[in-house]
Amino acid sequence: MTVRRATLGGHTYEFPTLVELMAKATPPRSGDVLAGCAAGSAAERVAAQTVLADLPLATFLDEQVVGYDEDDVTRLVLDTHDAAAFAPVASLTVGEFRDRLLAWAAAGDEAAISALAPGLTPEMVAATSKLMRNADLVAVGRRTRVVTGLRSTIGLPGRLASRLQPNHPTDDPVGVTASILDGLLHGSGDAVIGINPATDSPARTVALLELVDAVISRYEIPTQSCVLAHVTTTLRALEQGAPVDLVFQSVAGTQEANRGFGVTLDLLAEARAGALALGRGTVGENVTYFETGQGSALSAGAHLGIGGRPVDQQTLETRAYAVARHFSPLLVNTVVGFIGPEYLYDGKQVLRAGLEDHACGKLLGLPMGVDVCYTNHAEVDEDDMDSLMLLLGAAGCSFLIAVPGMDDVMLHYQSLSFSDVLTARSVLGLRPAPEFEAWLARMDLLDDAGRVRELAPDAPAAKALLAAATP
Amino acid sequence: MTGQGLHRDDGTVGDDPWSVLRSATRARVALGRAGDALPTHRELEFRAAHAAARDAVHSPLDVEALRAELGGEVLVVASAAPDRATYLQRPDLGRRLADGTALPRVDADLALVLADGLSPRAVHEHGPGLVAALRERLPGWSLAPPVVATQARVALGDAVGEVLGARAVVVLVGERPGLSSADSLGVYLTWDPRPGRVDSERNCVSNVRPPHGLSYAQAADTVAALLTAARELGASGVALKDEGPALPPGAG
Repeated sequence: MTVRRATLGGHTYEFPTLVELMAKATPPRSGDVLAGCAAGSAAERVAAQTVLADLPLATFLDEQVVGYDEDDVTRLVLDTHDAAAFAPVASLTVGEFRDRLLAWAAAGDEAAISALAPGLTPEMVAATSKLMRNADLVAVGRRTRVVTGLRSTIGLPGRLASRLQPNHPTDDPVGVTASILDGLLHGSGDAVIGINPATDSPARTVALLELVDAVISRYEIPTQSCVLAHVTTTLRALEQGAPVDLVFQSVAGTQEANRGFGVTLDLLAEARAGALALGRGTVGENVTYFETGQGSALSAGAHLGIGGRPVDQQTLETRAYAVARHFSPLLVNTVVGFIGPEYLYDGKQVLRAGLEDHACGKLLGLPMGVDVCYTNHAEVDEDDMDSLMLLLGAAGCSFLIAVPGMDDVMLHYQSLSFSDVLTARSVLGLRPAPEFEAWLARMDLLDDAGRVRELAPDAPAAKALLAAATP
Repeated sequence: MTGQGLHRDDGTVGDDPWSVLRSATRARVALGRAGDALPTHRELEFRAAHAAARDAVHSPLDVEALRAELGGEVLVVASAAPDRATYLQRPDLGRRLADGTALPRVDADLALVLADGLSPRAVHEHGPGLVAALRERLPGWSLAPPVVATQARVALGDAVGEVLGARAVVVLVGERPGLSSADSLGVYLTWDPRPGRVDSERNCVSNVRPPHGLSYAQAADTVAALLTAARELGASGVALKDEGPALPPGAG
């Protein structure tokens, strides 16, 4: 293999391996510094991007970042690659591919962009995103159409769905119900009503599944539930006949990191088959839900690629999307600010990562949402969240996660509030999923302009919802 | 499970059905709206909580005040992270002692390390109280002078314990502040400390934060029992947890 090099300002920068080239071309973030793979200077970063721009896209089919023999994610990517879908862009370099995507996006040619997904590999998409600015990521993300469905339809043009996240530190049923009702009254929950359980026990998971299923059934809400337990726990719940709409799992971009999560591709396939067999969908058959996040492989010490070199966290993140897309998910989201400042230090890094993750996920064919969030030890605040939320809305993000008052009292981090989703929808002219919007109208929760009403606690529409929450 | 319903005992629904729901969760439900946003006073409540958490992360440990409160001989060390920004981005540096750190070899049974972690405030508020409670419960143990460590992660205790020649180290560390808990102290016990120990070789008691979390007495009882069991087993961590006393609820 030839050493790739570029000369910038009289200095020649060499990139001996594809792993190093990808890492050094990555816009700055703390996680790559921690891993020891970041560019040593701003000039070296641009030199790497210059080399990357001239790299043929097809290089990634022949030259790997993580080895084929030792990693089942790499094998999954290459063994399922669709050459016919790749054909329209097979002769392009990475830089030319960026230009082509932006031209298609500007022309509104969603079909051309969206049809590429089975022909694109995570590394191709990651490389291209490293050459893109934030506005490029918004423009391309917006024109990459991915539509999925179970009991609501996700990803239609002009729609922004939300996951209602009613977490409670002890999974108290009344406490969880309070948050669900608050979310429904704010028009949240069309993507999923999804609970992170406080403990990963099968009995607790079944109890929560039954609780949310009862709420959904009683009001005939066109949405789905999910208890975000480990996939093995969900398998146990399935065995017990629990009402499982969605199989959830956190996934990462290397076999070793997934092993750290306690999952294999076979296990995910088995659980998906179990949920599919229940036939709980009305408008579609997408029965899986995955969460990802830059830094997860590094935090598990499972971030090394060819030659034992550290792979940058954004490339590893896109590899997680290859795992997710194999299981035809209803929903996928990156939890972009959750993992901490050692991976994404400040609002600028979180903003960039959120837009990258959304655009890359969409290009790979995923119904991509984002948990716009932060922890208290990161240099991030609610103003940064607002900026990312509105840019994601402009980028056609499939769904956002929302919690009561920005405060997740179980996971101890801050996400968006239910009212933030209202703001994104109204500022950008976006609407809930169509089935859910019709339900909101039936429940008299929308005004004449189609906006979610602000209701007094004793308003008839509010009381109707609240009264039926009685155990 | 509370078993509460929204109905009164007489079967009717109260005028404010939210009162029951609110009482069942600390989640910020039913905050009201200002258009599509939060009302001003709700927004300010949130900001106050976030500000407390931010200040807990960034207000430095007052080493002299802590030394005075602990009394007696106190050793002071710093990690290899030179400042807060580096500390937050480089956990590897927070686990190593700064170059040139000098500590005496004391060959004690136990070393207590008070590490600022992500909440120096938690160490100020609860460190001395918990140290006193631990000393009361460990009459047969020889203790090294307490060590105050800045820009420190839990694993810095491994290096400290090894240099001191301690058979066990207990690290009292400020936990990552949440919106409702900026002053929570965590306690990590490691038998035979030396660099390279992994998290599964430690036992943890978290959320020491009277009156809302564990009291000093509760936490010290648990830690003393764990230490006794670790001494019998010659190990800490997963192996010990299986055989040792049950941790109190929420102790992790």
